Amino acid sequence: MPAQDVQEIRQLVARRKRWDKVFAILGLLSMMVGVMTLLALIIDMGIDGGGRLSWDFFTSYPSRHAERAGILSAWVGTALVMLVTAAAAIPLGVMAGIYLEEYAPRNWLTNLIEINVTNLAAVPSIVYGLLALGLFVYQLDFGQSILSAGLTLALMILAVVIVVTREAIRGIPAAIREGSYALGATKWQTVKDHLLPYSMGRILTGIIIGMASAIGETAPLITMGALTFIAFLPPAPVESGFPYLSFDWLFAPFTVMPIQMFNWVSRPQAAFLENAAAAGFVLLGMTLAMNALAIWLRFRFRKRGNW
Amino acid sequence: MDETLNKLYFRSLVDSEREEAPTPEAHDLRKLKAEAKGLSFYYGEVAALKAVNLPVAEHQVTALIGPSGCGKSTFLRAVNRMHDLYPGSRYEGGIRFYPDDIDLLDKDVDPIEVRMRIGMVFQKPNPFPKSVFDNVAYGLRVRGERNRRLLVEKVEQALRDAALWAEVKDRLDDMALNLSGGQQQRLCIARALATEPELLLFDEPTSALDPIATASIEDLIQGLKARVTILIVTHNMQQAARVSDYTAFMYLGELVEFAPTKTLFTNPSDRRTENYLTGRFG
Repeated sequence: MPAQDVQEIRQLVARRKRWDKVFAILGLLSMMVGVMTLLALIIDMGIDGGGRLSWDFFTSYPSRHAERAGILSAWVGTALVMLVTAAAAIPLGVMAGIYLEEYAPRNWLTNLIEINVTNLAAVPSIVYGLLALGLFVYQLDFGQSILSAGLTLALMILAVVIVVTREAIRGIPAAIREGSYALGATKWQTVKDHLLPYSMGRILTGIIIGMASAIGETAPLITMGALTFIAFLPPAPVESGFPYLSFDWLFAPFTVMPIQMFNWVSRPQAAFLENAAAAGFVLLGMTLAMNALAIWLRFRFRKRGNW
Repeated sequence: MDETLNKLYFRSLVDSEREEAPTPEAHDLRKLKAEAKGLSFYYGEVAALKAVNLPVAEHQVTALIGPSGCGKSTFLRAVNRMHDLYPGSRYEGGIRFYPDDIDLLDKDVDPIEVRMRIGMVFQKPNPFPKSVFDNVAYGLRVRGERNRRLLVEKVEQALRDAALWAEVKDRLDDMALNLSGGQQQRLCIARALATEPELLLFDEPTSALDPIATASIEDLIQGLKARVTILIVTHNMQQAARVSDYTAFMYLGELVEFAPTKTLFTNPSDRRTENYLTGRFG
């Protein structure tokens, strides 16, 4: 090749590589916007509310006096609502996902249902609040309770759980599935012995991420009429006398972290803003902890399923 | 190529059982285990198999050879109704299965029943991400076997039959995916043998393996035919010549020629078979 051509090639390479650099810088800047925002948020809330974070803050009820107010009823409420959400959304979503992926006949009806499930994830959360008010609170007479709230959020993340389950199952190689069927396994045996165990890591990850987004939901719960000031705890789930277990807590009124924050933010006194920041800090911590759990689960399950 | 064929010819002459090899017109198929009769198979509108007739002799190895896309794997997967797992497929004709003379493709015959009687080993080793023991025991557990002692016994027997016992007897609780490729494939053979199938299907079982692992699998197939009828698909002609008693050559969805292996390789009656065997295409 003549030297002149080589020169030309080098120029061409240099010219095209300029775009690599341009994009790298643009990409870095875009990423920084996200990371810096999160960092600024955490630092800002830490500065504003850090002073209020103490053991008392977690063990006190809300109060008219900002310095005595705490988030006891809020975090207990959030934990219980999440419990109901998980108990309802996980079995319903996973079973629906398995059905759609493995059992449903491939026809126009299934396609229609699939499109609708995907769209379900895009329904504004406040609409779920309206549904909950009509269905759970009035029609089924669950009241403005932990049960109603948990079920509302469960409906909200149901679509996510279904989609995640389907994708996780679809990610299992056809060879594994065929290996199972070739040994004479039924559909259910293949699902319970292979598809479900091997996709558990990814399903759990998806569920936790769905729950982490539900934990911060305020709109649907306010719509259905959750109270903003609760200075007591729901009845304990365990009692000393027979039958030892009580489900009265399901029907108790409640508040949750974001509603507590909302309540404090709307107060004029600066001291309450401090409380709101502290509660926000805790809520963010809860969300990050759930995401960390999801990452850990994914890592743990990835180590075994490696085909 | 000629040299290989001569060697084959010589070897099969030495083999007393094959000395009086029958002519293609009058195969001595002894007892039949299965027989495809006018089997056509469609993916949607595309015909992947066109009126295939193929006898499978009991306790013999029958090989299917042919270029990629000729329909040999499609045929194999029809035998254990693997196509039923996917929508849009349609059979015509049938596959008789003996001794009870049922049609494997009959709508009234449950594919699960078919797969309980017919085992399969796939192209790429596909052990489950479970322990070695659980892999081999799976077929038995699917059938409801819960007796631990019996499971242990049968798993050991299957692993011995698959010539894997010596290598894995101390690591039955290890993940199957930690085994080498050749070991994984023998594990899949053990898994299929554990349930004592009447017919064992091999779908290019060595195409993902190195020559040494391939040789061990081929030896294994030879040794197994006393216990189970074998139908093997291979794109490797030498492999078909080495392991099989009967060979069918398929091309473009048709069964071009079926004959005792020696006859087919030394004296093919169809021009297309000859062209394929001599490397003129495929």
